[in-house]
Amino acid sequence: MAVATPDAAPAGTPGTHANENYLTAGRGLLSWLFSLDHKRIGVMYLVGILSSFFLGGVFALLVRTELLTPGPTIMSADTYNKMFTLHGAVMIFLFIIPGIPATLGNFVLPLMLGAKDVALPRLNLASFWLWMTGAVVAVASIVIGAVDTGWTFYTPYSTTTGTAVVSMTLGAFILGFSSIFTGLNFIVTVHKMRPEGMTWFRMPLFVWGIYATAIIQVLATPVLGITLLLLIAERTLGVGIFDPALGGDPVLYQHFFWFYSHPAVYIMILPAMAIMSELISVFSAKHIFGYRFIAWSSIAIAVLSFLVWGHHMFTSGQSGLANMVFSALTFSVAIPSAVKVFNWLATMYKGSIRLDTPMLYALSFLFLFSIGGLTGLFLGALATDIHLHDTYFVVAHFHYVMFGGTVIAFLGGLHYWWPIMFGRMYSERWGRIAALLIFVGFNLTFFTQFVMGSHGMPRRYYNYLEQFKPYHQASTVGSYILSLGFLVVAGYLLHSLFRGKRAPANPWGGATLEWETSSPPPPYNFDHEMLAGDPYDLESLRWDPSTGGYVRKDPSSVRLTPAEAH
Amino acid sequence: MTALLAAGLMSALPPEGSDGSFWLPPGVSTVARHVDWLFGFILAISVFFFVLIVVLMTLFVIRYRRRAGAPAEASASHNTALELTWTIIPVILVTVIFFFGFRGYLDMSTPPANAYEILVDGQKWAWSFTYPNGYVDSNLHVPVNRPVRLVMTSADVIHSLYVPAFRIKQDVVPGRYSKAWFEATETGEYDLFCAEYCGTSHSGMVATVVVHPPGEFETWLESASNFLETMSPVEAGRKLYQVRGCQQCHSVDGTIKTGPSLLGVYGHAQALADGSTVTADENYLRESILEPMTKVVDGFEPVMPTYQGRLKDAEITAIIEYLKSLSGNG
Repeated sequence: MAVATPDAAPAGTPGTHANENYLTAGRGLLSWLFSLDHKRIGVMYLVGILSSFFLGGVFALLVRTELLTPGPTIMSADTYNKMFTLHGAVMIFLFIIPGIPATLGNFVLPLMLGAKDVALPRLNLASFWLWMTGAVVAVASIVIGAVDTGWTFYTPYSTTTGTAVVSMTLGAFILGFSSIFTGLNFIVTVHKMRPEGMTWFRMPLFVWGIYATAIIQVLATPVLGITLLLLIAERTLGVGIFDPALGGDPVLYQHFFWFYSHPAVYIMILPAMAIMSELISVFSAKHIFGYRFIAWSSIAIAVLSFLVWGHHMFTSGQSGLANMVFSALTFSVAIPSAVKVFNWLATMYKGSIRLDTPMLYALSFLFLFSIGGLTGLFLGALATDIHLHDTYFVVAHFHYVMFGGTVIAFLGGLHYWWPIMFGRMYSERWGRIAALLIFVGFNLTFFTQFVMGSHGMPRRYYNYLEQFKPYHQASTVGSYILSLGFLVVAGYLLHSLFRGKRAPANPWGGATLEWETSSPPPPYNFDHEMLAGDPYDLESLRWDPSTGGYVRKDPSSVRLTPAEAH
Repeated sequence: MTALLAAGLMSALPPEGSDGSFWLPPGVSTVARHVDWLFGFILAISVFFFVLIVVLMTLFVIRYRRRAGAPAEASASHNTALELTWTIIPVILVTVIFFFGFRGYLDMSTPPANAYEILVDGQKWAWSFTYPNGYVDSNLHVPVNRPVRLVMTSADVIHSLYVPAFRIKQDVVPGRYSKAWFEATETGEYDLFCAEYCGTSHSGMVATVVVHPPGEFETWLESASNFLETMSPVEAGRKLYQVRGCQQCHSVDGTIKTGPSLLGVYGHAQALADGSTVTADENYLRESILEPMTKVVDGFEPVMPTYQGRLKDAEITAIIEYLKSLSGNG
């Protein structure tokens, strides 16, 4: 790991001893693997999660390549079924659920609170080890025969197929505990570790988003754990819970599964929205518009997300009454998302907008998430969902929200906090080129899937009718452009670790507390107690040409005097 | 991309009738008109808001692009009236969408009393449709302009019957009956898919819906039902092999699929999973159809469903005659 320290401690952060930072504070692999430092744990998560993203991406490319032609292209039907299952399972359980909270959340949350660490550092490390254990068990299932059930593990297919279902679900079970521990830790941290002056409605919106996410993690994940255990019990012990041949009910499984997995969608998107609020405000140099509406909408989403699981089951044979209620509740969860989008737009009004790479991703998010959200309306309405359910329309909708939303915001957040994480700047020019490639490739890949889906192309099909061929081929070409974009990102980020320009403490002009320490921060984060003000008072900063970053106009406004500190 | 978006904008108006559009295939059932209208209505709302968001975003980026020495202008950081407005307007719009979605769904889930009933069986990886006279076919034949009610169940895992042209879809679940209905408004042939993932040949679990002109459906059903009388046993056996789900797992050209190939099976020794050997005579073939788990051929999974009660004696005899013909013993 290339290590960087600022050439000079930036003005406005006196007392930062520039020689030591969290990256240099210990040497050797063990100093990382057993570190209690939230920043190191965040970086280890980042390595693991980006590796998972790469693995899931390889599976996706194999799937898309197979679909270049109808009939066999590069693999058999059984292999194809395993590939799309592994793509889904790896991306969902290993990448996108832990994604933002475990990496950026771990790194940034305590810094934003002006704290030394999370409330429970040992639990944090345990969570990381559980994640690694779960990852090993899940990846082992690939080696011992893979899974061909789809990432949803629907019964009775999953209880009767000959593939390694137990290993994969056990992996997901363990990963669930990792997620619960992270959520629990963040809830305690937000309640107990806030600095002087940071009331609930002075928390940065990133903190609000991570907090709302943590609530869902803690309340919903146990249900997934129990469901997967029941599935394992049915497979190994023959207990009849879901399989009608044993007296069970397969639709019960779907209720259990979606009771977790729908809220889980918001575990994925809430942290992305949290990042958006930071990016839009900072890069517009403008106070966030409608802070309270955005904060409350995160909590509203967290609560409502528990009440809409049945919209995955409109064609399952559940009662018409249940369908009606779930359809109505589903539309209610659209409102807080719409409110956020309008508030972000209003934040840009009369701003001073700079189009650095993180902001390009934020604009990309607005474009793609709008499509993802609006196409949800087609699926929430009963009459149209009956036609669109289980087609590529759903696949496209899901990817516009999860990829166009979460992954794009994750990239935006990664570029935004990269300087503080590693003390280096990346190539802005290549950053912009990659953001553009990813935007174009993504739309080509997934917009075509909306069209073929509404024309009736079912999902999870190895073979397809001739009429769908142009859409499939355009989609596959899009996926190659998308991959090229990611290769460029990997290239310049790795390059920046070794050759990047040294980062100033506050390169973008953010007013949240993480920018009040050095880039990268020392092991203990801050050398004095912090005092929180308005996290979006961006006018309290000024450009400082000598460091190439921003500094406080009044440094004393964010720190307690020794007399006030306790 | 731009072309696709432009096409999306142009098709934003509710489609006339349901002749199909950039977005939707032609709709040929009585419910398709409402579904397509609602699709168009939601599309119009979506396009309006999408354009609003992207145009405002673009305008702001251009108008308020950072210039050296020009800080952000002052403006309010919240406006409760404005924020309530953009909360309440979406609430009204989604309520309207919900209402039309629910109203359409009521029609789609309530079959008329006089509907013609067809039983549907899903199994890996074929459909079988049983008509009121007991005849079974692998494709769905229906009369035009007459409501048809499907009563469906599955022999193994969950499947889902999906006819895009009719805008209907309903899961087919083992251990219970699910129901769907439609009234086709135009004659012709339409695709029928399995929409719920069910394993190896999920994408091969495709059938055709044949909508017959007035009066011709009954004629078709009568002639199709008499195939045991009108065809030779070998021909009848071949038809049964094709329409009753045998060919999904057993080839007749030597290719190994989920089950052993039936080429040259008759009269030859079969090595079984328990190590013994059996000669495949008429009785062994009959037993393998009715009790497939009893003598499983070595190297194959015991996954074949039983045909006990699903094939008549004359049909089993015809299938055996067909298998004999594959060994040159016809």
